[in-house]
Amino acid sequence: MNINDTLLVIVLAQAVLYGTPLLFAALGELLAERSGVLNLGVEGMMLFGAAVGYWVTQEVHGGDPEVLALAVLAAGISGAAMAAIHAFLTITMRASQIVSGLALTIFAGGLGLSAYFGTELNLADEPSTHHFGSIDVLGLKDVPVLGPVLLHQSVLVYASWVLTLAVALYLTRTRWGLNVRAVGEAPASADAMGIGVATYRYVHVLVGGALAGIGGACYSLSITPGWVAGDTLVNGAGWIAIALVIFSFWRAELCLTGAYLFGALAALPFALQAKGTLDRLPAGALRAPELYQALPYALTVVVLVVISTAFAKRRLGAPAALGVPYVREER
Amino acid sequence: MIRLERRLDRPWWLNVAVPAGSLAVALAIMGVVLLASGHAVWSTYRQLWEAGFTGNGAFSATLISATPILFTGLAAAVAFRMQLFNIGAEGQLYFGAVGASWIALQLGGHGATSTPLYVVAMCLGGGLLGAFWALVPGVLRAFAHTNEILTSLMLNYVAGYFLTYLIFDSSSYWRDISSLSGQTFPQGKPMPSGAEWPTIGTSVVVPLGFLVGLAVAAGAWFLYSRTRFGFEVSVIADSPRAARYAGMRTRRKILAVMALSGLIAGIGGASQIGDFTHTLDPTGLQAAAFGYTGIVVAALARYNPIAVCFVAVLIGGLQNAGFTLQGVDFPSGLVGVMQGIILFCALGGELFLRYRLRITRRARPQAGSTPATEAAS
Repeated sequence: MNINDTLLVIVLAQAVLYGTPLLFAALGELLAERSGVLNLGVEGMMLFGAAVGYWVTQEVHGGDPEVLALAVLAAGISGAAMAAIHAFLTITMRASQIVSGLALTIFAGGLGLSAYFGTELNLADEPSTHHFGSIDVLGLKDVPVLGPVLLHQSVLVYASWVLTLAVALYLTRTRWGLNVRAVGEAPASADAMGIGVATYRYVHVLVGGALAGIGGACYSLSITPGWVAGDTLVNGAGWIAIALVIFSFWRAELCLTGAYLFGALAALPFALQAKGTLDRLPAGALRAPELYQALPYALTVVVLVVISTAFAKRRLGAPAALGVPYVREER
Repeated sequence: MIRLERRLDRPWWLNVAVPAGSLAVALAIMGVVLLASGHAVWSTYRQLWEAGFTGNGAFSATLISATPILFTGLAAAVAFRMQLFNIGAEGQLYFGAVGASWIALQLGGHGATSTPLYVVAMCLGGGLLGAFWALVPGVLRAFAHTNEILTSLMLNYVAGYFLTYLIFDSSSYWRDISSLSGQTFPQGKPMPSGAEWPTIGTSVVVPLGFLVGLAVAAGAWFLYSRTRFGFEVSVIADSPRAARYAGMRTRRKILAVMALSGLIAGIGGASQIGDFTHTLDPTGLQAAAFGYTGIVVAALARYNPIAVCFVAVLIGGLQNAGFTLQGVDFPSGLVGVMQGIILFCALGGELFLRYRLRITRRARPQAGSTPATEAAS
């Protein structure tokens, strides 16, 4: 039996596929949080980005590359537009970041704008016409293990690697990146240095929203592909992405590993069903697909607990001003 | 230039004017959204009002929609009051439904017929299981400092899958395997007839659960504004450090408030079973998203238990109108969009409660200050 057909390799390859939307969204949230703004609206922005991206592939006619590029762009813009609401409310209107983010998820999510948008335009009835296919890099897709896992993925996956590197370098090696960190750690000092705190926060919340929108589009253009009403398309990935930022101690390169770990957990139930492994297990709770479907969420709780007990005292990596509105007169 | 000054006192009329203004702005924004998607604004609003409140039987239906979100709204309000962001009311309500239906089936098996007994037992069973599910993030927050927002949310998904498992993928106690329809399509056992909660009134039908919710709201109001417990909660909310210096036991408060929040959400689950569905229905419960709507209700009520009652009826009316009107002219999702816009406007409006806007002209160097800045200084 070919090693590439084993359950392990299938799960690993799917882990990269399912981890990619998490990675995009987590990198976006990381940028926003590094500037000091917690955005709990990731789930909503992803759902809306997924709907808009899918709509573009239905409306625009042309070759796959142009249409898909346009769809990803549109998903990014729509995610940024949603984030703009949060940015305005929390930065300009000084509203609670937690409540505003929750409001954004409710507004944009599966019972709100993305459902409205999708049902008005009948997206659910349209079959997928353009979607991201896997690229066989250098014809190496049959290389044992590495082939299917790393060298036979979609453009989105390769783009996410470039993005991870870019975010990591941006935050550690560029003037702007250092300024963002100053804004997130000590906005009053940053302000005194002449860094525009509000501008930096707006820009990073918007970019974060754009990445969340693109993360959502990974589902409707690559993983599913298609659009379904409700929140099952993204199904909590936005929240896992927020947790990922904590796991990764606000560092981009660690987001990548975390995303693939949770991607593997998300892929597990599908892989188990596809391989028929579940039917070979003894009857009872172990055979229930729900057990495996609930696993990513339960494990998020476990990892959060481990992280918080191990690092509670040092607050490793968390921006000091995260969640605190900056008001120059009241510092 | 526009400056914001923190208000030292808040004139009474502002408490009326700001929410009213926020609502007006929300309706205006909503009008733009409706226009942009090609719907008539005024007639949509009139239809909503009729279907939600003034139409024949509309208000009774509104109370049915308002009942679960009254509970989840209160659950969110009591926790958010202490800056404890329990967004797990969704899952706690599922567990409440599981507990209440278990008790009702048990009592039915023993041949109980007294409805008051069922009501009390179901509230207890549902409330306890809801509190148990809320205590998981509560304990983690109190003893491991784990962010309760993420854990309580993740547990919603776990609870949802558990519910699905009970009815769809196991031969659990709750699943109906004996009847013919139960064998063709998975469904929960029907509750015994005594477990159907009564309704009150004829022209306007009030479900018993709604009255229970009002009683819970009154209790929560008393607890938070008239007792030492409530005082300590508000001190912890405003300044955890001051509370610690004053010797308040933050950990116990976290556990107590989470348990209370879960208890209320759990009773909400019991009321769903007793008042409306009379069976454990995973799909219906998960589609309704009562827990998340409860957050909207609590935030709009600014976490005041009495205000929650009114907001729950308003939002319940909106949801009920959404169900009634759903169709080509009124696509699904519109109600969620409206709720979101109202909440955004309310959040933005908060600024005007806390700050006053001062529009001043920049002082000219030679002419000295203008009258406006003189008044400010």
